[in-house]
Amino acid sequence: MAATARAADAHRQFELQARWRPAEIAFWLAALLPFVVTPSYLSLASQIAITALFALSLDLILGYAGIVSLGHAAFFGLGAYAAGIVSKYGWGEPLSGLAIAASLAGLLGYITSFIIARFRHLALIMITLGLGLLLHEAANSASWLTGGADGLQGVRIRPLLETFRFDLYGRTAYAYSLLVLFVTFLVTRRIIHSPFGLALRGIRENPVRMPAIGAPSGSHIRKIYTIAAAMAGVAGALLTQTTSTVSLEVLSFQRSADVLVILILGGAGRLYGGILGAIIYLVARDQFSGVNPQFWYFWIGLLLVAVVMFLPNGILGGLGAIYKKFK
Amino acid sequence: MLGPLAGVLFDGFAYGMLLFILSVGLSVTLGMMNFVNLAHCSFAMLGGYVTVTLMDRLGWSFFATLPAAFLAAAAASAVLERLLFRRLYRASDLDQCLLTIGLVFMSVAAAAYVYGTVQQPVQVPSYLRGSVSWLGINFAVYRLFLVGAALVITLVLIAALETTRFGAQVRAAVDNQRMARGLGINVDAAFAITFALGSGLAGLGGGLAIEMVGLDPAFAFTYLVYVLIVVSVGGLGSIGGSFAAATLLGISDVAGKYYAPQLGSFLIYLVMVGLLMWRPAGLFGKR
Repeated sequence: MAATARAADAHRQFELQARWRPAEIAFWLAALLPFVVTPSYLSLASQIAITALFALSLDLILGYAGIVSLGHAAFFGLGAYAAGIVSKYGWGEPLSGLAIAASLAGLLGYITSFIIARFRHLALIMITLGLGLLLHEAANSASWLTGGADGLQGVRIRPLLETFRFDLYGRTAYAYSLLVLFVTFLVTRRIIHSPFGLALRGIRENPVRMPAIGAPSGSHIRKIYTIAAAMAGVAGALLTQTTSTVSLEVLSFQRSADVLVILILGGAGRLYGGILGAIIYLVARDQFSGVNPQFWYFWIGLLLVAVVMFLPNGILGGLGAIYKKFK
Repeated sequence: MLGPLAGVLFDGFAYGMLLFILSVGLSVTLGMMNFVNLAHCSFAMLGGYVTVTLMDRLGWSFFATLPAAFLAAAAASAVLERLLFRRLYRASDLDQCLLTIGLVFMSVAAAAYVYGTVQQPVQVPSYLRGSVSWLGINFAVYRLFLVGAALVITLVLIAALETTRFGAQVRAAVDNQRMARGLGINVDAAFAITFALGSGLAGLGGGLAIEMVGLDPAFAFTYLVYVLIVVSVGGLGSIGGSFAAATLLGISDVAGKYYAPQLGSFLIYLVMVGLLMWRPAGLFGKR
């Protein structure tokens, strides 16, 4: 009797957590604003949506499962190259291109997840970094397939659903990226508000204790790492399809570091952190890069130091703390 | 047949010695406090720029600039340790990584702002240039000098750690920090000094590195990866481990670039990942 009551309680708690808040609905409606308010910035908006998706995928493993990765760009880059290469050989249909990229990145994620689940701390950081660098070097050497340092030539993307062409203004690009981001976001939201998501947070808080209470942390980590890898692959494929270019930069350490910065800036482990971080980061870069591109990273560095010292949970965490104070 | 092989081995060993000087400080401080300091190579870069500036603008001799590089890096690291790092000793790996990556970003941008992105030239004294031939193998004099310097540094470090009172405190803190505190050793002070000395060594390495690998603002990132490989493969807090790992890395990097240039750095990353999977705590690590 008591057991069923407790189960019902737990169920109700999940339901409460998973309820859509007005602010969330307002946020997604506001995401449509660029179409009417700033139509000349649609390309930037589509970049933001793609980066937000990438950050969201990192959030799943870093924010929820507590796996620090310095090589997440490996999956982003694999997705980007997969979508580019299939289109080069005549398969330019975007949606199936996404699926191919997601499955390839997911497969690599699944294979490497067996390594990831075994290590922690410095060894884990170094292994993720090493795997990312390995893939970068491999893509650089295999220039017959990837074009090497010159970038992939001959990417041909067909119109979306054979109707909407990817135009110069980025209307299709933004609509497409935003839609993919939204769908992936729904999936992510479902995952983290499930018992599986709760188990992930348990692993983040105490990786030794979770197996002791009967939750196998290894298999949970493998699952979420595979999912996150597939999502990062989708983000990479989106970048290829909306810009029709792939360069070696998609696999670089810089990209892994950037997405980490974006996620931490926004707030890891809070769903919207990556999205907010991507908006702030890319808008700021767009505004300041004209002024002094070399110096841009100085301010990013300063921001990082400030966030770590004063806002341990990112901007969203800081806002949440302020909100609680005044409630 | 033997000539090229011996040449590659020697060049690789010299390169490994450079990596050892750059990374040994990080190894000891990581072993003591578990503080993941990704900004270690920024201190090395600072040392390099101090050397360049003193030689180019003020006309100091090469050897006079090396102690200055050491002192500048040690002083800068001591200040940062007091201001920032010490607050994060108990924080998560992630926070430490982020703080120090932020510092790397800042140092790279600052170096690019002050010196531009071009390679900085350095004029070593004429007796350190050229090469000597022995048994049909060419030895670059500067590399011989580098190997000699690294061996002297290693001996001094080992002697200091093994025989002095301070060295004993450092070893105790590396082995078991809590126990060392319980015995009344001032671990924080010992750590602060070790940190400054380690960063100073990195600064010295930065000054020595210019002649061999050049110096530009990307230095802090490029060599960060190498240094981390040395530290994690060698094992935290182990000078012998760092020495072995640096030698291994230097030789495999030079050999890989000589015999299989199309692979680039693929080989060393593969070696690193493989070694870490085999022994996550490093070759000589205890934890």
